[in-house]
Amino acid sequence: MPRIPLGSTIEAIIDFLVTHFSFLTIAFTRIMENVIRYLENGLLFLPPWLFIVIVAGITFWLTRKWGIALFTLLGLLLIWNMGLWVATISTITLVLIATLTALSIGVPIGILAALNNGVNRVVQPILDVMQTMPAFVYLIPAIPFFGLGKVAAIFATVIFSMPPAIRLTCLGIQQVPRELVECADAFGSNKWQKLFKLQLPLATPTIMAGVNQTVMLGLSMVVIAAMIGARGLGGEVWRAIQRLQMGSGFEAGIGIVIVAIILDRVLQHVGTKKR
Amino acid sequence: MSETKKEPKIRVDHLTKIFGSHSQEALEMLQNGVGKDEILEKTGCGVGVSDASFTVHEGEIVVVMGLSGSGKSTLVRCINRLIEPTAGQIFIDDQDITSLTSDELRHIRLTKLGMVFQNFALFPHRTVCQNAEYGLEIQGLASSKRREKAMVALEQVGLKGWEDHYPVNLSGGMQQRVGLARALALDPDILLMDEAFSALDPLIRSDMQDELINLQNKMRKTIVFISHDLDEALKLGDRLVLMKDGAIVQIGTAEQILTNPADDYVARFVENVDMTKVLTAESVMVKPKAMVMLSAHGPKSALRFMQKEQVSQIFVYDREHKVIGLVTADAASEAVQRHETELHHIMQTDFVSVVPDTPAADLIPIMANLPYPLPVVGPDGKLKGVVIRGSLLAALAERGRKNNA
Ligand SMILES: Nc1ncnc2c1ncn2[C@@H]1O[C@H](COP(=O)(O)OP(=O)(O)OP(=O)(O)O)[C@@H](O)[C@H]1O
Ligand SMILES: [Mg+2]
Repeated sequence: MPRIPLGSTIEAIIDFLVTHFSFLTIAFTRIMENVIRYLENGLLFLPPWLFIVIVAGITFWLTRKWGIALFTLLGLLLIWNMGLWVATISTITLVLIATLTALSIGVPIGILAALNNGVNRVVQPILDVMQTMPAFVYLIPAIPFFGLGKVAAIFATVIFSMPPAIRLTCLGIQQVPRELVECADAFGSNKWQKLFKLQLPLATPTIMAGVNQTVMLGLSMVVIAAMIGARGLGGEVWRAIQRLQMGSGFEAGIGIVIVAIILDRVLQHVGTKKR
Repeated sequence: MSETKKEPKIRVDHLTKIFGSHSQEALEMLQNGVGKDEILEKTGCGVGVSDASFTVHEGEIVVVMGLSGSGKSTLVRCINRLIEPTAGQIFIDDQDITSLTSDELRHIRLTKLGMVFQNFALFPHRTVCQNAEYGLEIQGLASSKRREKAMVALEQVGLKGWEDHYPVNLSGGMQQRVGLARALALDPDILLMDEAFSALDPLIRSDMQDELINLQNKMRKTIVFISHDLDEALKLGDRLVLMKDGAIVQIGTAEQILTNPADDYVARFVENVDMTKVLTAESVMVKPKAMVMLSAHGPKSALRFMQKEQVSQIFVYDREHKVIGLVTADAASEAVQRHETELHHIMQTDFVSVVPDTPAADLIPIMANLPYPLPVVGPDGKLKGVVIRGSLLAALAERGRKNNA
């Protein structure tokens, strides 16, 4: 039986894209690398203790919970103490850029899919594939387009973390009770008025759950992306694996957990605060 | 009951709505007289409304009634085109709604057609006032102006002081008042109310009905009200439209339908009003405003009594207080001109009367063409009271509610 050339076809397509478009993506990479560097340097400009106090203050302001603020304060101090400060800032920067990108693409697609059956039918199977595909696979094509490094990591992270944003935005809007949509229609609302005055406000908690998941997935992917040179906390883990340094591996792991918990708690509160 | 010869406010003309993808095929079958069930079986299309025509006059309340699934909601949703009609036309102020572009349609919905929903359909993320403001916001009114208007509407429905609460914190009755205020704030000519009060418990429901009648006396909207409750229909409706299987089977005033049901379906519908059997003449009669005694009064005093009480006939009793006849105002005034002093000659002795425990259902046909109030006479021959048309219908609607409560 002849082998179906699935892999080689995909390879051919990617090769084609690389030879014809990589000059664009590589140029983009150069620009992005600078943006990332400026952001990181900006965040590192403040002395860590000041930064930590400010972040703890912001978490309190957002959540109104002393516990979360205290955890933030102590957690970040521990990270600083472990000598992982620069790596953490690098990871946070990547997560920030990747998830903001994923959200600004994913939420509009989710809205479109919710309002348009045709779009929905195309998007759903793509999402299924995106979510079940092992995360590592995205790393491979990222390299020829963006080179080894942070931009390739961001690219893979965006793709990996986008599905929940699309899915939950779509779900949130579809869950708006039909009679309310009908009512908005009966009062002469146009599409945009319906969207901004009714559907999005009611879908907000669900959309925020999607945002939360996107950020969490983004964080996990940024760590994995250390394999293609993303550095940061993931880089520390990666190095510890290669040198079998159990202690420093766990330290970096704990740093990741702390960042994840802070992000999760804050986002959960932003999502439910509205009510 | 509206005697106006004006153009109707709403005119529904041979409206048909068929749900499903083969609606044209189904429409042809329907026009060839194929039944609803057969159409569903052969084409998979559901007939929502079939060939319905009726008019609603300005300032009138028309109540659409029928069993569940008879197409009431579909009919009313076609009027503001929340549902697209398959065939037929709808005119509002002589403008064909079915031919409007979507922008024109939105404008009409915004200016002329208020809607109140069965399950209130309030926006949970908006306060009471913001809910009432919704339509005005869509109109693009400045925020201070729309708050002002919304507050007026909320005051009309008795919700002053609740404007900054959220709908979840309100009782069902209050929520429906918000729904009403949201429609009223736009000051539309027409209100479409789809089972607006059905989700409320009986006492609150009756309050809301009174409230609506009150508001209607002040503002004379044109109202299409859906109900599957005959009591509600009797209380609110100037005219009733009865639907069955998507078609209109009878249109008329409450009396016309009660006394002259078009077919068995309507008769059964009307019959379902238990209280016409429960209620008796005695329980719906009112005290006669005035009476004259044969031996003591003449035409002149009879006429004066009638003028004083604004009635056009008066009953006459004898020494034993038995009713023996009635005198009309016309006869009395003629007798006065002829300088007569006795009631004997002008007294009508062959009048219809009923005994106190006659069922109310039997009163309706008796009273249909009776030119005078129906006297209720006890076994002793004394006049116990009279049944007048208005009080009968009001009593039927009122008691029915209490029975259900
Ligand atoms: N969206 C729809 N798709 C298909 N069939 C429908 C749809 N809406 C209504 N129908 C059908 O049309 C018919 C009339 O329904 P409609 O909702 O107008 O009845 P109704 O008189 O308002 O009943 P109820 O008292 O239960 O509200 C029913 O047979 C129903 O199954
Ligand atoms: Mg209905």
